[in-house]
Amino acid sequence: MAIVARNVTKHFGDFAALEDASIEVPSGSLTALLGPSGSGKSTLLRVIAGLETPETGTVELDGVDVSGQAARKRGVGFVFQHYAAFKHMTVRENVAFGLKVRKRPRAEIRKRVDELLELVQIAGWADNYPAQLSGGQRQRMALARALAVEPKVLLLDEPFGALDARVRKDLRAWLRRLHDEMHVTTIFVTHDQEEAMDIADQIVLMNHGRIEQVGEPRELYEEPANEFVMTFVGPVNRLGESFVRPHDLELRDEPNGQTTAGRVERIVHLGFEVRVELRLEDGRDVWAQVTRDEAEELELAPGGEVFVRPRRAKIFS
Amino acid sequence: MHRWGLRFLGLSYLLVVLAAPVGLVFWRTFEHGLGPAWDAVTTPAAKHALLLTLEIAAIAVPANTVFGVICALAIVRERFPGKGIVNALVDLPLALSPIVVGLAFLLLYGRNGWFGSWLAEHGVQVVFAFPGMVLVTIFVSLPFVVREVVPVLREIGTEQEQAAETLGASPFQTFRRVTLPAIRWAVAYGVVLTTARALGEFGAVSVISGHVVGKTETMTLHVEERFQAFDYTAAYAASVVLALVAIATLVLMSLFKPKEEVRR
Repeated sequence: MAIVARNVTKHFGDFAALEDASIEVPSGSLTALLGPSGSGKSTLLRVIAGLETPETGTVELDGVDVSGQAARKRGVGFVFQHYAAFKHMTVRENVAFGLKVRKRPRAEIRKRVDELLELVQIAGWADNYPAQLSGGQRQRMALARALAVEPKVLLLDEPFGALDARVRKDLRAWLRRLHDEMHVTTIFVTHDQEEAMDIADQIVLMNHGRIEQVGEPRELYEEPANEFVMTFVGPVNRLGESFVRPHDLELRDEPNGQTTAGRVERIVHLGFEVRVELRLEDGRDVWAQVTRDEAEELELAPGGEVFVRPRRAKIFS
Repeated sequence: MHRWGLRFLGLSYLLVVLAAPVGLVFWRTFEHGLGPAWDAVTTPAAKHALLLTLEIAAIAVPANTVFGVICALAIVRERFPGKGIVNALVDLPLALSPIVVGLAFLLLYGRNGWFGSWLAEHGVQVVFAFPGMVLVTIFVSLPFVVREVVPVLREIGTEQEQAAETLGASPFQTFRRVTLPAIRWAVAYGVVLTTARALGEFGAVSVISGHVVGKTETMTLHVEERFQAFDYTAAYAASVVLALVAIATLVLMSLFKPKEEVRR
């Protein structure tokens, strides 16, 4: 079920949340809407779900224009950052909600809910209330609840944003596996570029209500369309007009004509990776990412002199 | 020491301003035993007054509950011009003296009032009759449900309702299955306060009712009327009945509540 949004514009008062934003999400894919806060990514997701009405623009689900349809008619599954659990219902009642309002037979509801609770690994908590669950469990319950009605598309609004780092990583991997099993077209919103790169097939990078670039994670990293994309998807040093990733900065112990001299200010050992913070002769601060072996070979020490050359750099007009 | 001091202060305050007067009324009522008190509250006038009070409450409380929830939803969830005025207007009955309310209704529905003459032509008597008493009671007990429900609606936010919507629930289903259960304690507490106010209203009802014994005399008016007639036992006994009805409402509500809190 492909998702297409065309020329969507939405303001909140004077604030332009979306300005003429268009995206296409291929059927069966897992797409990340990535961007800093206030970039319009959540608004775009809510427009697709029908929870927000845009001033202009259309939304198509599988070729059908659903712009005029209420959220409840669109057949989307939506997962909120703060779970939006029905606090007065048990886990089982939460998951059964969509089926109950559709007046499905009781036996069928029970069977489906049991399957889903099994799938999201909270079967043991069926008769508990959401308040008794951990954040990760609550979000899995919310996901089961959204999946219960067999949505055509799944929309996740910063689904792991309220969870701690460890749980977040686990859930990420789990979501990717789940998606590979079910192939429901999925869009998830995140401000974490690592999360987006980790699990998405396609990333839509947004800023100030506009789409900056759309592509596979690798594409965004290697072929950023502009300065914003380059700086957002990974660390960057600026050398004159050009932008260099820290791992593309070559360090040498002798000059070779193309290099710039610099002084080592600080060395940070992060296991395999070593961060070398430098001050160049023109006074500019940069940092390079080298392996532990490289650092040893160059006999790097704070105060020592090194020579720097970018292996590859980007220049944006 | 510090804690005991606080407790002592709090308790003595409650004792002096709350427990002592109410206790005195109970004591005075049963001073000469149960018999006289029972006789006093089973006179035709007293029975009629109690029934009338309950009838008025039975209309005013449900009306203000339904309207109060609708009003709270509009104030919290909707955007419309004049919302600030609506929000302020809801508090008006709290600020206005009940006597003023009674007079206002008298002016509006009286023989020469704006609505009064038209209604009189159509054979509807509002002033010095049951409809007028219901109207002023609704007026004075209006804010409670709204004021209890508004902050709770704000606190629960709209995410649960949106979740219900994306799951296919109609607006009515969303209200019944998601919103209402979330605000039910606020509604219940509002109902208790509304009931207490409706039962205890004196000023506005006093003005609009015309004090016709056995016809437009509510329990509070009956207490006053007996008191003026130096029939203290009857006045105190009727007060006790009023207090017992109010206490019963409170007890009924608290009977449900603890169970729910454990579940959360």
